[in-house]
Amino acid sequence: MKKSLLNKVAGLGLVLMLSATALAGCGSSKAPEGQGGESASGTAATGTLAKIKERDKFVVGVKYDLNLFGLKDPGTGNVEGFDIDIAKAIAKKVLGDENKIELKEVTSKTRIPMLKNGEIDAIIATMTVTEERKKEVDFSDIYFTAGQALLVKNDSPINGLADLKKGMKVLSAKGSTSAKNIREKAPDVEVLEFENYAEAFTALKAGQGDALTTDNALLYGMSKQDSNYRVTEETFTEEPYGIAINKGDAEFVKTVNDLLKELKENGEYDKIYEKWIGEKPKK
Amino acid sequence: MIDMSILFDHWDLFLQGFGNTLKASLLALVGSFVLGTIIAIFRIAPMRPLNWLGTAYVEFIRNIPLLLIVFLFFLGLPAVGVRLEPFVAGTLGLTVYTAAFIAETIRAGIQAVPIGQTEAARSSGLTYIETMRYIILPQAIKVVIPPMGNQFINLVKNSSVLGVIAGLDLMYFGDLISADTFVTFDVYIIVGIFYLILTLPLSLLVGYLERYLAKGR
Amino acid sequence: MDFIGAYAPSHLTFLLEGFWVTLQVAFLSIVLSFAIAIIVGTLRYGQIPVISQLLAVVVELIRNLPLLLIIFFTYFALPEIGIKMDKFNAAILALVIFESAMLSEIVRSGLKSVEKGQIEAARSSGLNYVQTLWHVVLPQALRRMVPPIVSQFISLLKDTSLAVVIALPELMNHAQIINGRNVNFVIPTFLLVAVMYFIVNYALSVVSKRLENRHA
Repeated sequence: MKKSLLNKVAGLGLVLMLSATALAGCGSSKAPEGQGGESASGTAATGTLAKIKERDKFVVGVKYDLNLFGLKDPGTGNVEGFDIDIAKAIAKKVLGDENKIELKEVTSKTRIPMLKNGEIDAIIATMTVTEERKKEVDFSDIYFTAGQALLVKNDSPINGLADLKKGMKVLSAKGSTSAKNIREKAPDVEVLEFENYAEAFTALKAGQGDALTTDNALLYGMSKQDSNYRVTEETFTEEPYGIAINKGDAEFVKTVNDLLKELKENGEYDKIYEKWIGEKPKK
Repeated sequence: MIDMSILFDHWDLFLQGFGNTLKASLLALVGSFVLGTIIAIFRIAPMRPLNWLGTAYVEFIRNIPLLLIVFLFFLGLPAVGVRLEPFVAGTLGLTVYTAAFIAETIRAGIQAVPIGQTEAARSSGLTYIETMRYIILPQAIKVVIPPMGNQFINLVKNSSVLGVIAGLDLMYFGDLISADTFVTFDVYIIVGIFYLILTLPLSLLVGYLERYLAKGR
Repeated sequence: MDFIGAYAPSHLTFLLEGFWVTLQVAFLSIVLSFAIAIIVGTLRYGQIPVISQLLAVVVELIRNLPLLLIIFFTYFALPEIGIKMDKFNAAILALVIFESAMLSEIVRSGLKSVEKGQIEAARSSGLNYVQTLWHVVLPQALRRMVPPIVSQFISLLKDTSLAVVIALPELMNHAQIINGRNVNFVIPTFLLVAVMYFIVNYALSVVSKRLENRHA
């Protein structure tokens, strides 16, 4: 008798949930990414610029989990941030309309593979330019300079690299320059890398680490989200951000560089900078 | 074909990961066997509340993803004051998850022992616990060995979730190395080979055991 | 723990959207793996000289690898040798590869479990090998395979959660995004997600028991 009641409840729950799911799923604006031939495919030889114009849409990989640079709001479904505004400016320049844009989530780990396999036209996702990465992709001019720092609890005794002692745990994201750097600069410390910064931050908040390390701009964003955490003053590396484009596509790189120059000259860049960072960019 | 230099450059990490994968699988095997036996006994004990508890455990755990259980242990427990290391949280999650499946296997094993055995034992004056311990369980274990072998193989494969919570296992290090060096194909092939070193022999052994025991009937 | 905040209507919708992707990926993978498994299982059962052995090796290799590894492989490694695809397709491909290997074993043992007497009777009645297979062996085998097949489907549904590592926007991924906003959402969100998986999987297992009873 009990079993049959449980079965009935499960059956009812199932029906309710599937209907709600179908409604929510059909109602949401996005179909699962990439279903059908939407993604930009093919090699760099055919020219990203041509592909974007043909598709009439600029597909760009951005972060979804970083406040200020690329953050998805589960409530509205919108992704907002510094990188998104830069992406919109590119769409405006190439296609004339800043809304002709499709954003796709990338993490430090998935961004290069997604660029290489054609899912996205460019990466605008807090990506530091390094010599190693230059072997895999081409970068635009630098559009932002950050420095690596640490995020710690307000009452933490850690104020910089020197305070990191053996036995402490520092959290970061797989595939980021931050993870590599911290391993070099603080070899005594245990570094745990997660799938993305959101997971790392959740882990930090769950007490699974003594500090989180990445670029200070990103850390400020996190600190804003949770005032229990502060950013250490000292930065111990320089992290110049560039827009990554498939290797060999000089035409598109030039387009992007021209745009970046335009934005800096006509004051648009300063506006975007102030909007997200809260102060004017230092020259 | 495959660039083995990656293997040699990061040999220490691969080895560490392999060791932790093995450790987690063994610990979880023992743990889930013990926990699974307890749950199995709950399910067939002559006490309604225990029956319900055992059934609820098995039905709930078996129908939710292992990853979810592991995340709950790693990210959720701290909210109630328990902070577990990634490796511990992962191994515990593996144990809790696998126990639900092993409980069913052991239950089937126990129920395969003829009821006459229980009756004889009880009428000779043994208590329920003593009957279980000395008469029923030893016989049930024999039936249960091949399925347990399969569960161990599953454990080794499932232990890869440790890689998602920085559990320092084979999957984690393979992931790190490929993210750092941008070499993906070769690294994942190497990781696959390491896993096969553990699972293939087990798989062949289980197959052999199954045929051997089937003949004994 | 903040249950109220975690269960805000927008969050619930967001979770359901993720669940919708989970269901779509699972459904497509199930259908494809089942079709492939029947072919592979039957070919192995038929013991055709080179093909059956080759399939046996491939199946054994895949069955003994972690699904997580296969997911990473299809999304990150295949592009290195020229096979490129997006997350949605990579997840489905990985699941299909893994699940067909698992299911093909179930099909094969299901076929083997049909008594020799049945086959002999069919052959002596004049049916050839293929007809025997199609009309006598397969139908009986399929009936017996229902419980393990449904149990494999349930596994598949749960395994879609692993695709969170390639940021497929399924249920687990959306749950993590919500958790990222406030650490007090973690337990409430995960509990709700657990209930969602449970409801669907439990219902599937009930259906399995019904089917089993009807065809016993």
